[in-house]
Amino acid sequence: MLTKRIIPCLDVTCGRVVKGTSFTQLRDAGDPVELAAFYDIEDADELVFLDITASSDGRDTMVDVVRRVAEQVFIPFTVGGGIREVADMRLMLEAGADKVSINSAAVQNPELITDGAKKFGSQCIVVAIDAKRTASGDGWEVLTHGGRQPTGIDAVGWANRAVQLGAGEILLTSWDSDGQKQGYDIKLNSAVSESVSVPVIASGGAGTMDHLYDALTVGKADAVLAASIFHFKTYSIREVKEYLQSRGIPVRL
Amino acid sequence: MIAIIDYGAGNLRSVVNAIAKIGYQSTVTNDADTILNADVVVLPGVGAARDTMDSLVELGIDKVIHQVVASGRPFLAICIGLQVLFSATEEEGWHECLGIIPGTVKRLPEGRKIPHMGWNQLEQKIKHPVFDGIPDNTNFYFVHSYHGVPDDNSVIAATTEYGTSICAMVVKDNIVATQFHPEKSGEYGLKMYANYFKMALGGKD
Repeated sequence: MLTKRIIPCLDVTCGRVVKGTSFTQLRDAGDPVELAAFYDIEDADELVFLDITASSDGRDTMVDVVRRVAEQVFIPFTVGGGIREVADMRLMLEAGADKVSINSAAVQNPELITDGAKKFGSQCIVVAIDAKRTASGDGWEVLTHGGRQPTGIDAVGWANRAVQLGAGEILLTSWDSDGQKQGYDIKLNSAVSESVSVPVIASGGAGTMDHLYDALTVGKADAVLAASIFHFKTYSIREVKEYLQSRGIPVRL
Repeated sequence: MIAIIDYGAGNLRSVVNAIAKIGYQSTVTNDADTILNADVVVLPGVGAARDTMDSLVELGIDKVIHQVVASGRPFLAICIGLQVLFSATEEEGWHECLGIIPGTVKRLPEGRKIPHMGWNQLEQKIKHPVFDGIPDNTNFYFVHSYHGVPDDNSVIAATTEYGTSICAMVVKDNIVATQFHPEKSGEYGLKMYANYFKMALGGKD
């Protein structure tokens, strides 16, 4: 039986993991390679690296990070942030990333999804969607540019279009829940997961192990992504997996 | 010498890295002589079987692969590498493949998320040195939308369950082929590579 995936997310800028971590037992808690290796040992199923570097100089640094991670860590990992064209995708995939995640660039230029899927295969192309509940409360709107820009686009519709265009996976972040630690947006997750044929990764809002359980059951997510609960060691990945297994969720242990 | 066939697509880096991690050097190449002189030949792959076949034919590597297989030298194929060994694929219509494993590559059954993406249990169907130290039903990393269906079930070395029993590994003569990605399957994936290259190289490096 296919297991549900638990995915830590690492924000990287200028070659360093940021947003704070409490990995005091590591020599250098900000080193992406060392943190990736730690999560690998902890049985993380995949990793996501989000490049939050604004400058193009930083991009070369990210390629180097990807290369070093790929030499040391033998589980799949996705790189997102700043990927705007097929050449950017190629750079990351050739450096050793397994998948690339595109967000604003896909909204601006949906053909990027198709071009990437044709070149590298759908399984490489993750479309990341930042979604915010609409004021009327009857749906979700796509936000771009790190949540700063509303688009008026319906998130569920966009997820479907992205899959038709060639996305192999959807990374779905609730902008209302992100950072709140009050749980994932279960309705958003189930609405998207039920309407698309590809796997959906739930993101935004994990605070307790029950939140992950809810996203994987009621939320119908195929995988859950979390950052702070793992970085601040609220829970270890193994602890989360043992808990999920005790509640009947298939996980890799 | 380990030759990894480069046909312009696919993420070869992770295969190169995994082989380096277990202590062997490899050469990434599309040169016929280099491939024909290698002790072990690896055909990696991600993406679409049809594109892969087209690239192999364009580079003339299809014939080289037939020669390697006929020579009896160890040949390892991964994911799309496994799929193109079959007679034909249903991907994007009907497309002839290398015909080394009689059978067809079919779309995964409907009713579940496609691609089949993530860690799934490998049920070992035969005894083989590649499984040394790897417990039955260990999780390996899969990512695919199509699966090979061999005419002769006896070549199936391992299966996994995804709506139906999927052929996850073929062992036939000098060929070992996996639908999953050992290079992305953590500790046990590296163990499988170590087992394979130890067997295939028989003490050479």
